[in-house]
Amino acid sequence: MTAPANGAPQVRTISGNKGLQIEEPLIFEQGMQGRSGVDLPAIPQHKDRLGGLKRKSEIGLPGLSEPQVVRHYTKLSQKNFAIDMGVYPLGSCTMKHNPRLNEKMARLPGIGDLHPMQPVSTVQGALELIDRLAHWLKVLTNMPAVAMSPAAGAHGELCGIMTIRAALLAKGDARKRILVPESAHGTNPATAAACGYVVDPVPADERGRVDLAAFKAKLGSDVAGTMITNPNTCGLFENDIIDIADAVHGAGGYFYCDGANFNAIVGRVRPGDLGVDAMHINLHKTFSTPHGGGGPGSGPVVLSAALAPYAPVPYVVHGANGFDLVEQDGKAFGRLKGFHGQMGMFVRALAYMMSHGSDGLRQASGDAVLNANYILAGLKDELTPAFPGTCMHEALFNDEFLDGTDVSTLDFAKAMIDEGYHPMTMYFPLVVHGALLMEPTETESKDGLDRYIDVIKGLAKRAKAGDAAYFHGAPYHTPRRRLDETLAARQPILRWKPEAPKKAAE
Amino acid sequence: MRYLPLTDDDRRAMLRRIGVASTEALYSDVPEKARLKGAVDLPPVMGELEVERTMSGLAAKNLGAGSCPSFLGAGAYRHHIPASVDHLIQRGEFLTSYTPYQPEVTQGTLQYLFEFQTQVALLTGMEVANASMYDGATATVEAVMMANRVTRRSRAIISGGLHPHYREVIATHAKFTGFEAALAPADAVGNEDLAKMIDANTSCVVVQNPSFFGHVKDLSGLAKACQAAGALLVVAVTEIVSLGAVTPPGEMGADIVTAEGQSLGVPLSYGGPYVGLFATRDKFIRQMPGRLTGQTVDVDGKRGWVLTLSTREQHIRREKATSNICTNSGLCALAFNIHLTLLGEAGLTKLAQLNHATASRLADRLSAIPGVKLVTETFFNEFTLKLPKPAAPVVEALAKKRILGGVPVSRLYPGDAALADLLLVAATETVSDEDIAAYEAALKEVLK
Repeated sequence: MTAPANGAPQVRTISGNKGLQIEEPLIFEQGMQGRSGVDLPAIPQHKDRLGGLKRKSEIGLPGLSEPQVVRHYTKLSQKNFAIDMGVYPLGSCTMKHNPRLNEKMARLPGIGDLHPMQPVSTVQGALELIDRLAHWLKVLTNMPAVAMSPAAGAHGELCGIMTIRAALLAKGDARKRILVPESAHGTNPATAAACGYVVDPVPADERGRVDLAAFKAKLGSDVAGTMITNPNTCGLFENDIIDIADAVHGAGGYFYCDGANFNAIVGRVRPGDLGVDAMHINLHKTFSTPHGGGGPGSGPVVLSAALAPYAPVPYVVHGANGFDLVEQDGKAFGRLKGFHGQMGMFVRALAYMMSHGSDGLRQASGDAVLNANYILAGLKDELTPAFPGTCMHEALFNDEFLDGTDVSTLDFAKAMIDEGYHPMTMYFPLVVHGALLMEPTETESKDGLDRYIDVIKGLAKRAKAGDAAYFHGAPYHTPRRRLDETLAARQPILRWKPEAPKKAAE
Repeated sequence: MRYLPLTDDDRRAMLRRIGVASTEALYSDVPEKARLKGAVDLPPVMGELEVERTMSGLAAKNLGAGSCPSFLGAGAYRHHIPASVDHLIQRGEFLTSYTPYQPEVTQGTLQYLFEFQTQVALLTGMEVANASMYDGATATVEAVMMANRVTRRSRAIISGGLHPHYREVIATHAKFTGFEAALAPADAVGNEDLAKMIDANTSCVVVQNPSFFGHVKDLSGLAKACQAAGALLVVAVTEIVSLGAVTPPGEMGADIVTAEGQSLGVPLSYGGPYVGLFATRDKFIRQMPGRLTGQTVDVDGKRGWVLTLSTREQHIRREKATSNICTNSGLCALAFNIHLTLLGEAGLTKLAQLNHATASRLADRLSAIPGVKLVTETFFNEFTLKLPKPAAPVVEALAKKRILGGVPVSRLYPGDAALADLLLVAATETVSDEDIAAYEAALKEVLK
């Protein structure tokens, strides 16, 4: 047992700071009346037209100067782990390097400073850029159309399922069920339900794939379609995928593919060749637009010829006088968001794709798969792989290797934090007990993976050696140690409030 | 390829360790006929310089809103963004981290989200806010669906002063989710009476303030009518800076406030990514959509933050979740948070006054042009003009003179003859006296 006793750091500083780990209060605890970080000109003479609705109450915002603001956010940033710092093997999230060229391109004044309601004659370059990105996506997927507006992966799922429903309704075919594998991301059943469908779960077989026989048995004339992630959330390619597509088409339904794991197959396998009717592409995963602490994302949806006519507005077309933007269309199923989509993300994704080129994209997906298999091979003796054989872009382990150690997957993850790694995805997919899902992406070097493998093996050995208390106390070296999530949920404090003023007599 | 660290030697060594002959062999589960043998038909690898050249070429084909006098609004507004905002959001620890699933190594993100939630609650005059949504339109449709859950009713009354895109997004969801969106006709004059549309199945009334056409209204009467009928009042705000000058929806009795937060810290970027704001009352917390950050303590008793109340969310509840939403708009929420922190109480109040003053002066000048009439008596920084001829060709003619003169209402309500002559004009603090003079002169000429 090498850990310090719970809550008793060996060295206590006066400030509570620990070198580069500096405590930082909320902005609301630093504000002073009358101080501001901006200077604005005097208000010119004008006629008041607020109609007597001028805000009378104080808002309650704190006043800080610019240097205070810069220090505040700099110190906050230092409490975060990031891809820029090291291995971030969060399975299913594709945490790859974010090239800074893409940031620079998104900030070109002729792109970043365009208003969405400018006349289309003044934004021909922007429409051409969207059209060019659409072309890359269509070629890489071998699909004839793409809806660009969805704001994220889950939003893309809504788009895809609404398109399917619109296509069925156009045929007067009101089907009720959507088949969703048990290993699916939670967004899949939530999306199907949000579109008015009954979710019918499909079990996985012992190989971690959709159970083809069970799938076929559930098909019928009331099945609108299926939502399948491929490669799936177990990091495996659904090798029966073409049979699945044929079967669902044979029953009159459509095949929605969750494209979260497209990074494994870019330039090597085209979803259109597998019988996919609709698939969202997370530009923030596969095409490296920054994850930004949880968004913004972007989730364009490629569509088959059967579904393309029902795609939502708006979309770009080649018109008589250059590019045009179609904002109203009676056949379209509707509109999903304000304006035209996540343009800032389109620029970054296109810059990423152009930088790689068709050869580089193929190499990147190959390296992502190679890296995941290298981790699988390096850890398979110390950890317990969930399924035999090789994997695609992510390696999945169950928690059998921790049996009898009194160390949980969560404890193991927290110990990884102290070693300087962001933990892998835990307890997902649900079909694997205590799952540990590691996705290194093509960003990691062989040396970096060798170090990572050594550390993970070392931790597994430590757990098996009976040092459970060490894991229960981890992490030890972070700005905050394990946080009480139960307390947060039981007594929700979701905003700062000023302390009640003390009585004058005190 | 500059982003790929593996060398061919590395790859060979790794394949040996794995025990396969080639990378292609790792794709053996892919049906043979679906495996591509070579690269697809797209251009090959490009250096930074070549990419910059191509992108700059595309950018040069656009008229940047900042390169000419610009008066565009309609739900997106060009404001000055302090330099430190863009510097700070590009710190790699913010830019390249993800959803704070592991709170011990994401206290930075969690703390700014907690500050953001507080700022949104304060601005809107509400008790609680979430950690952001995709944009104003999607936040508003989520509010409608929340009102349906809370009231167990299924009819939403949608104001004719709500942004047409927001109306379309709500109508689209209504069609698929199975509720009724009762759309009031476009309300350019600002005299609609929504209270009389409320019935026993009404879950909510959705209005925008200032409205799409610019009207600033007192909503307290409508709030009372909603309350009496057991319906919720949802107020959308598309210009968040207005809340530095205008009575907030919370003080007028709103139950849910949604907003587009783009005006603070987020560039126009041709319509996205933006940041949706969502605020409500404490009693509805467990029916809220989206991520929430909450305060707690760690094992050493120190204050910290975590994502909380996730039992509402899709990764736990799956098909029973309050929403299918997975991400928020984290980095845009950070930009909003930093910009508003720089402004503070004094800065935001003054910025809002400056916007109002600029727009009011512009309205005086433009409405003095013969044939031009100001439709909106009360407004914040955007108003509607009635021109003596259709607005769309006028806007085109102004653009040829390098003036982005506003948004013709007909672009959002095509085919409605009564709206064809209406022009939405916005003026923020970025509009100078010279811009106003240039606009006035150009409009006179175009209308001649």
